[in-house]
Amino acid sequence: MPEGTLCNKKPVDTAEGITTLLADKSGKIYYEEMKHLEIDSDLLWKTIQNTCKTRIRTWLEICAHCGMCADSCFLYLANDRDPKQVPAYKIQSTLGEIIRKKGKVDNAFMLHAMEVAWAQCTCCNRCGTYCPHGIDTGIMFGYLRGLCYQQGFVPWEMKIGAGMHRVYNAQMDITSEDYIDTFEWMIEENEEEYPGLKVPVDVEDADIMYTVNAREAKHYPEDLAEAAILFHIAGENWTIPSKGWELTSLAMFAGDWAACKMQVESVYDAMDRLRPKRMIGTECGHAHRATVVEGPYWAGRKSGRPPVESIHYIEWLAEALRTGKLKIDPAKRIKEPVTLQDSCNYVRNHGLRETAREIISYIVEPGYFIEMSPNKEHNFCCGGGGGFNGIGCFRKQRNVGLKVKRDQIIATGAKLVISPCHNCWDAIRDLEEEFEIGIRWSFLKPLIIKMLIIPEHLLPEEEAEEEDE
Amino acid sequence: MYTLLTGPAFYIALGVCIIGMIVRFYQYFNGLSWQLDRVAYKEYPAMGFKGAVRSIYKWLIPYGTYGWRAQPVMAAAFFGFHVGAILLPLFLIGHNVFLKEKLGFSLFFNLSTPVADWLTWIAVISLLFLLLRRLVLPEVRIMTDRKDWGILLISIAPFITGMLARYQVGDYSFWLTAHILTGEIVLLAIPFTKLSHVFLFFASRAQLGMDFGIKRGGLKGSKMAW
Repeated sequence: MPEGTLCNKKPVDTAEGITTLLADKSGKIYYEEMKHLEIDSDLLWKTIQNTCKTRIRTWLEICAHCGMCADSCFLYLANDRDPKQVPAYKIQSTLGEIIRKKGKVDNAFMLHAMEVAWAQCTCCNRCGTYCPHGIDTGIMFGYLRGLCYQQGFVPWEMKIGAGMHRVYNAQMDITSEDYIDTFEWMIEENEEEYPGLKVPVDVEDADIMYTVNAREAKHYPEDLAEAAILFHIAGENWTIPSKGWELTSLAMFAGDWAACKMQVESVYDAMDRLRPKRMIGTECGHAHRATVVEGPYWAGRKSGRPPVESIHYIEWLAEALRTGKLKIDPAKRIKEPVTLQDSCNYVRNHGLRETAREIISYIVEPGYFIEMSPNKEHNFCCGGGGGFNGIGCFRKQRNVGLKVKRDQIIATGAKLVISPCHNCWDAIRDLEEEFEIGIRWSFLKPLIIKMLIIPEHLLPEEEAEEEDE
Repeated sequence: MYTLLTGPAFYIALGVCIIGMIVRFYQYFNGLSWQLDRVAYKEYPAMGFKGAVRSIYKWLIPYGTYGWRAQPVMAAAFFGFHVGAILLPLFLIGHNVFLKEKLGFSLFFNLSTPVADWLTWIAVISLLFLLLRRLVLPEVRIMTDRKDWGILLISIAPFITGMLARYQVGDYSFWLTAHILTGEIVLLAIPFTKLSHVFLFFASRAQLGMDFGIKRGGLKGSKMAW
């Protein structure tokens, strides 16, 4: 059977298509069909010839097979130093092999390549910084994912995720109306405590255009409220776009480059339409990578930059705390051992190594912050990056991968892990569930809100009166 | 044989090596694509240059990067071999005399005999260590193929033959001829095998340096050597 009804080479780009795929619980039929999917070797080889240029080819060629990348890979360490988990081996035996065979590979090979591409690499790019030749295996795995996706060999959840972006311009089936309604509902829930709290929608020429992760609207609406509260207290002139509000890109995890382009263009269109001074994205790592770091290239922007200056939430928070727009009550600072999870996507891959530490200097009582080791650009992936968290059939492998982060956290002795990234946050939650090491985990927003000094004119009337007395 | 190797064969080997390197270097940079690589190379030349230079320079310094420091023994063997493998072919007095005779010029300076001897021994011992490492460590062994052994053989041959000639073990002129032959094999192999890393190292490192310098953090002030 060349093409399955669910598992095939065509992207999903209708709501019905998504519903049908979702109805196939855990992708049971989907994966069954995948076992019979044929490979279009001509298309595969043609794509490689058109898109695999000297950078990747040179990487594959000059790799000295020295194994220096082995120890840099958390999956190699987590899997008891299994030589099959050495980054160079993983890429040479998949992408390298496809190129050597000029695309003439069979179904069994592609099934294996899919597992390696999604369950043996999270595209954290750590190995790239440990290779004497500067070979970035993570980038090659991103490229391999694109080839697998084209041939229909993509995990069920990733196919759905990419489809969601195509249909809803969001990683979940949330329409613009759903999003605005949820945000407004959250404002109503909180306006008693924060009089004047509002969510400005589609305001032109605002200072800040705020974008989110669709999960917040679907599963953690309080995150939207927290963002609004912090902007409100900081006195920011901000807005959310009714269209182009989604910062994330499961399409990037899936290797669906056309969907990646559609997704970021929806955000860039919002920037062009509303002309904000800056775009600020929520506490998410891959979303920042997708929309701010990689997105401009998908959208064909030669400058390599989004239409307006775009920063990560922690950059705004650090700035607001530094300039006094947000003030912390010193008595409420964190007074328990606390550590920080550096997100690969904006620390190693976008240089924000000191930003979260600056925030910590304002919100943690001196002496209570303990660094992980290694940290900053050298930090290990949380264990669930690159889509790994969300793929059911690779859950076992993902749970093994969490061990490195678990041990890093245990070594700090911290009871609280600050994790300003959705993926890391999920992975740390899951590792606590899996290994029960007795930790809590948090984004920055809820922590900061608890320790803010709220200016008197923003307090509810009774409280303001009490303060006067 | 000797006349052939020091005559036409030498010119051919050297010519193929140099022209091959130039062509492949050109092909490399010509094949970079801002959109496929997702790096705006031309938009930020200064940041790109800075990133590229830092990336090359730091990795050329023994223990200059986190990566080298993470594997101190490997780094020692790596530099032990490569220092000799670069300095000896270029600056050994015998090589310079030969160059002067064949091309009419010699290179900058000559290594003194004791220094050259030391470098040679260190290089050979280091290379033997790298070879051993390939045999012993599972994470290296799993990737090692026949080509890797071939490259090691090609690389060590000029050292061994050179030493046998230097210490006049057996027939000096035989070892000298063998040394010239194996040296020319290296020159010929450089553009076409993994030995291309002798120049593509700079290209690949420059690319990653530009990638990080322009896009992945360089503009945020990260001081990391990628």
